[in-house]
Order: sequence, then C-alpha cells, then structure tokens
Amino acid sequence: MTGFDWGVIERSLPYLFLEGMRFTLTLTVLAALGGVVLGTGLALLRLAGGPVLSRVATGYVNVMRTLPLVLVIFWFYFLVPYVGQWVTGADRPIKVGPFASTLLTFTLFEAAYFSEIIRAGIGAIPRGQMAAGFALGLTYRQAMGSVILPQVFRTMLPVLLTQTIILFQDTSLCYVLSLTDFMGAASKVAQRDGRLVEMYVFAAVVYFAFCFTASQGVKRLQSRIAILR
Amino acid sequence: MPIITMDRVSKAYGALPVLRGCSLVVEKGEVVVVCGPSGSGKSTLIKTVNALEPIQGGRITVDGVALDGPGVNLPQLRARVGMVFQHFELFPHLRVIENLMLAQRKVLGRDGPAALAKGLALLERVGLSAHAKNYPGQLSGGQQQRVAIARALAMDPVVMLFDEPTSALDPEMVSEVLDVMVALARDGMTMMVVTHEMGFARKVSDRVVFMDAGEIVDDAKRDAFFGGQSSDRARQFLSKILAH
Repeated sequence: MTGFDWGVIERSLPYLFLEGMRFTLTLTVLAALGGVVLGTGLALLRLAGGPVLSRVATGYVNVMRTLPLVLVIFWFYFLVPYVGQWVTGADRPIKVGPFASTLLTFTLFEAAYFSEIIRAGIGAIPRGQMAAGFALGLTYRQAMGSVILPQVFRTMLPVLLTQTIILFQDTSLCYVLSLTDFMGAASKVAQRDGRLVEMYVFAAVVYFAFCFTASQGVKRLQSRIAILR
Repeated sequence: MPIITMDRVSKAYGALPVLRGCSLVVEKGEVVVVCGPSGSGKSTLIKTVNALEPIQGGRITVDGVALDGPGVNLPQLRARVGMVFQHFELFPHLRVIENLMLAQRKVLGRDGPAALAKGLALLERVGLSAHAKNYPGQLSGGQQQRVAIARALAMDPVVMLFDEPTSALDPEMVSEVLDVMVALARDGMTMMVVTHEMGFARKVSDRVVFMDAGEIVDDAKRDAFFGGQSSDRARQFLSKILAH
C-alpha cells in the first residue's frame, strides 16, 4: 500500500507495550481488585447494612451508574486534591498524581458495577444455605464469609471477568488526563509521526486480540469452575 | 428433663396466622414425630425451635435456655441443636469432609485434627467414609441427606430436628436415610421429626403430634395415636396418607 508507513508500528512497539500496555494492565488489575472488594462491601451494605447504610450504598451505586465515566474521571481529577486538603487539614489542595487519581476513579466507578454483580450472585444462592449455616451456629458474618460468598465468587467469576474486560477497554478514557496508557501511547505516536491511520488500526487490532482472547478464556473457565449442585 | 419446651407459641405472616398457641414438651431421649397436612405449620413450628423462624407470641426454652432470654447467644444455642433440612443444604463448594468440619472449627473452636477425626468417625457411622473427599453434587440424594445428618451430629447436639428429611428423596433412597435416623433414635438421641413417614413414627417414635391449621390438635403416645385414640381430623389425615 502506498502512502502508509506500517513500519511506524514496529519502531514504536517497545514504547506502546512496555509503557502503554503495562500502564493499562496495571490500572485494570488494580482497579478490578479494588472494585471487587469495595463492590462486595457495597453489596453487603445494601443487603444487611440496616436502613441508613443500605440506602447510602444504593444511592452511591445509582449515582455512579448514571454518570458517564469520562465525567467521573474529570470530576475526581479536579476534586480529589480538595477532598484531600479537607481530610488532612492542609493549607492547599494536596497533590494527587494522575495515576492515583485515575486508579481511585476506576476503582470507585467499577465498584458500583461489581456490587450489582455480587448482589445478584448472593440473591441466586438458595435461602436454605444461609439457614443451614445459622443452624450450625455460624454467625451472619461467618455464614456469609464461609458459605455464601465463596459460592458467589465461584458462580459469578465469569461475569466479574467479563466486566473486567470492559474495564480494560474503558481505561483508554484516561487519555483525557494525558496519561500514557496503551491508547494514549498509540495516540502520541500517531500525532508525533502523523501516522493516525496506522496507529489507530493497530490499536484496534491489539484491543480486539486482547479482549477476544480473554473472553475465550472466560468461556473455557466457566465450564471448568461450575459448582455441581 | 425437658430438652424443648414450647409454651403457647404463635406466629403470623402479616394477618395470616401460621402458629396458634402451640405448646409442646420434648423430654430428653424422646422421639417426637410431628405430622399434619401441608400448610399446617409443622415445618414452621420446628424452625422456631432454633429461632430460624422468629415468633411473635409465647416462649421457647431449649436445654434450659430461653430463646428470648436476656443476653442469649443464639449461635451458641443453635450449635447445640442439630437440624436436617428437606433439601439437605450441604455446602456445594466444600468437600463432604469439609462440610462436616466447617462449623466444628468456626463455632466450637476445635482444631483441624480433632474436627477431622470427628468428621471421619461420623461419616463411618452413616456409611459414607468412601465419599469424604467428594463434593456433595457427586452424591445421590440419600447420600447427601446422610452427610447432612452427620454434619449436624458433628456439633454434639443435645437434640436433633428433622424437617421432612425424606420428602425430597427418590423413593428408593428413603429407607437408607430412615435407617440412619432409626439407629440414632435407638442410641437415645432426642429427636423432633416432621415427617409423613408413618412407618418411622410407628417404629421408633415415643409420641406423635398432629397439627392442622397452625394448631396442635393431638399430642399422644404413639400407641394411643395409632390405636385410634386420636382426633377425627388426625384419623382423616391418616386414612388419606395410608390409603394406598
């Protein structure tokens, strides 16, 4: 093909993957882990947190799910320094790096989605399981921790991973803060070398390859970890 | 010495009463069978004994401890009351032996080796030693229910509650579960059993309680109950389930 310089891809591979993709994967994994932990907490608050806390958790989940992610990213980036100032009582807004701010944003945002998955998972466990736990003398906390949640994570793992694949794609939105994730790295090379078509085609191919492979893996996992009932 | 004392226990779901002033005493070593038509409240009644179903009126005492007493530790009390459910309710993500060990460790604070030894001994007793490492889903219904009995026994309960333990089983598996229950009764375990298995009631029960519409209609010695000294409603019920 004339007019295209596909060599630009090869030349920028180290930058794209060692910096860009590494950042993207780090952000995805950390935000997913944080999101699952926080999401589980939110789900438990909604189910058993009493009238006030469960309403707070519900409100939080609804707000997060009705806002566009890009807005939340901006919002946190500009707000977090002031919140930090208020919390620590400092004289001026504290400095929060864009990575910390983005990680916090994605964690808090994804937690809302993960909490809905966990809540659905808890609802799908037969009621008798909790009763059996109670009948053996387990406390609510013990029954939840040893009987219900392990089953929820097992059955919902494919859904949690699928949501994480979506998160992997969504992390590209952090380009709005000029961060060098994979997408950001590709854009920077594209702009610098004037190779927009080549770089954006390549970025699309890479995102497709990663997500397709991951979702095939999830499918295979799904049949392997199913709990026999 | 009474193990379970129920004194005018009542409960309603909204305006719908499910238990009306039920009084019942289960003495140590007694086997009491509770029967009655579906919807009569018998399952609800047995679940009030370990407070899985809260009550609105009356009083329940288990092994000398009132369920509504001040500072009562419900989990500790429940640990001493074994319960077997209609649908087994084994924990499907845990192996059979882990099902037997979980509460021993978490509730009774037994260490791993002690809980394991107890679990294996009880599996032996219900004839399922070979299945210790299997998952519940790999077992037949009858086997699962025997594991559930062993799991309850692992807590060294003072009384065992059975809530229709054979109702969800295929017919050919009923007897293996009943055999375990008969052996348990012969060993002197205090038992309260909600069941339609009148053969079991005839064979091992000391007393039969008949419930209808949330009330205890009959509470009679076994021989009196089956000897025709029961209420008309109980006789009607018996003739229906024994007709074929």
